Amino acid sequence: MAADALLPAVVMVPFGGALIAFALGGRWTRLTAYATIATGTAIAACIARASLADGQTLVYHVGGWHPPLGLALTANALAAAMIAGVAVVVCGIAVFAHRDFGQPHAVREARAPLVFWPLLLAVWGALDLAFVSNDLFTLYVALELLTFGGVPLVCLDGRAETLRAALRYALFALTGSILYLAGCVMLYGAYGTLDITLLGARVRPGVVAWTATTMMTAGLLAKTALFPLHLWLPPAHAGAPAAASAALSALVIKGSWFVVVRVWYDAMASAVTFASAQVLAALGAAAIVFASVTALRQPRLKLLVAYSTLAQIGYLFLMFPLAFDATGSAIMHGAALQGGVLQALSHATAKAAMFMAAGLVYAALGHDRIADLGGVARAMPVTTATFALSGIALMGVLPSGAYVAKKLMLDAADASGQWWWGVVLKGGAAFTAGYVIHVLYRALRPNTNVSVAPVPRASELAALGLAIASFLLAFAGTTAIGTFDLGGTLVAVGGGALLAIFVASKGSRVPGVALCGDLDRALRRWTPASLFLLLLATAFGVALKAGH
Amino acid sequence: MTALPLWFALVPAALIGVGLYGIVVHPQPLRKLVSFNVVGSGAFLLFGAVARRGAAVPLNGDPVPQALLITGIVVAFCASALAVMLILQLHDRSGDTSLEPAGEA
Repeated sequence: MAADALLPAVVMVPFGGALIAFALGGRWTRLTAYATIATGTAIAACIARASLADGQTLVYHVGGWHPPLGLALTANALAAAMIAGVAVVVCGIAVFAHRDFGQPHAVREARAPLVFWPLLLAVWGALDLAFVSNDLFTLYVALELLTFGGVPLVCLDGRAETLRAALRYALFALTGSILYLAGCVMLYGAYGTLDITLLGARVRPGVVAWTATTMMTAGLLAKTALFPLHLWLPPAHAGAPAAASAALSALVIKGSWFVVVRVWYDAMASAVTFASAQVLAALGAAAIVFASVTALRQPRLKLLVAYSTLAQIGYLFLMFPLAFDATGSAIMHGAALQGGVLQALSHATAKAAMFMAAGLVYAALGHDRIADLGGVARAMPVTTATFALSGIALMGVLPSGAYVAKKLMLDAADASGQWWWGVVLKGGAAFTAGYVIHVLYRALRPNTNVSVAPVPRASELAALGLAIASFLLAFAGTTAIGTFDLGGTLVAVGGGALLAIFVASKGSRVPGVALCGDLDRALRRWTPASLFLLLLATAFGVALKAGH
Repeated sequence: MTALPLWFALVPAALIGVGLYGIVVHPQPLRKLVSFNVVGSGAFLLFGAVARRGAAVPLNGDPVPQALLITGIVVAFCASALAVMLILQLHDRSGDTSLEPAGEA
């Protein structure tokens, strides 16, 4: 069928564009990137139309060879939603980066613009490959391509500090991916295929399946930076230029997260257990609390936004236990998974907008110290509104993508009787509100002698557009928005305000807050972080074995 | 299926273990990178053994893992090249290649 041929195209177009953009160089780089982004977005829209509107699952067999020998590319509704969402964010980033990454007139070819556009396209192509691939080894290649695109984005400006962040990221991500690959090898040895559909039918619980799931999951969590494996993320995401931070925080981490979803829901569905999913979600809940409190203690806005990403990664893992049925015996596609994907898209749009707003503030003031943000709201109303809107979108208290996602997950929590995750889902909004209010309170303070450099209007509007897109996702939900929960909103905002005031005024004297700071310093050192990686793998192994 | 001696599994396991140990304990990034390659060698060796074990009658080995193995080696090679480049650049600009964040080392 014609629509199936779109699957290789959605991967090949960004990669082809990246190569051509790099080969042409000079002023042609950005032009080629724009042409590629326009084409790729059109393809993504066609896939979304075929898959979401007409409800078909697209399947393409490369070269006409069928698995187990050949490779299958597939896109169901969830993959199509991810492809479409990523295309929207890439368009937003391209508009935002237009001015920052154009070739300056004085020189023939500056380095940063030459490499930024091909890298952005490469990240996009690698993500699309991760969304459509139905083969665990192809997913490994996609994740490595994603790392190869993401690492240089971290150190675009070439300062020693960002090079160090990039190196930490590269080495930790490589450790994660080699663990994933070792898991794949074991699966091939036991079942003779790496095709996800075939594996889903062949895998039986046992030592090989448990060990492979354990190694693959631990490796992928290291690449996704789920607490406590986040040592590389804050310096890498906070040090990169704003457009690159937006791509890294909004998009790159979703690749390895999506592979965790494919492994748990499809390939190893018969091997994963209720207990192991509880471990995964417990890490997510710990990430929300730990990273939100640590965010409040950050002196710089971009670091705060990076810690906010860590907290939001936690949300993405809450859906795993909720996908089990009421007896806790089987993991199933359903409301929880839909909620998780919607949460990922909602975070992608909102976080890209938030990083762009932080970058614009930095460009205008020449610094991003949160304590000195007074007067920003008056000088840069659009950017402040963008930050506020993206913060509200992340909280999920007003009808938005995250709001519907939370509704879906809360329904799943009720249906499977796991009230404790319902508490985390509802309470998490207060933690998010905490750091958003913390920033807005300082930005809204009057300060008449603040001097701001002009920032490109198009960049401001691109960021605002993405923040609004996060709200529009509410209409993409499959269920009606339902009744508006005013009480929950008030509790979240009130709780967040109290948290912000409390931590800001006497944070270092409160044992819990001080503990988060110490824990963060310890976990951002290499040895504890890598030991945690091995420890987590052991924990998953125990939880998988115990469940059977 | 061709039966293989047990040490075809034990040697890769030992390599993966030694490599992971190196990644955890060595402070220098270059040594971490070499350790990463040791883990990689363990995984690739295991893949080779899997290919031999899964051999069907006319062939000496299952060709699919061999094809994947070559791809994996190329990917690991690219990753190593990227990391070495970062280490060199970092050394050029700051004089040291410590991985710990500035001021906390």
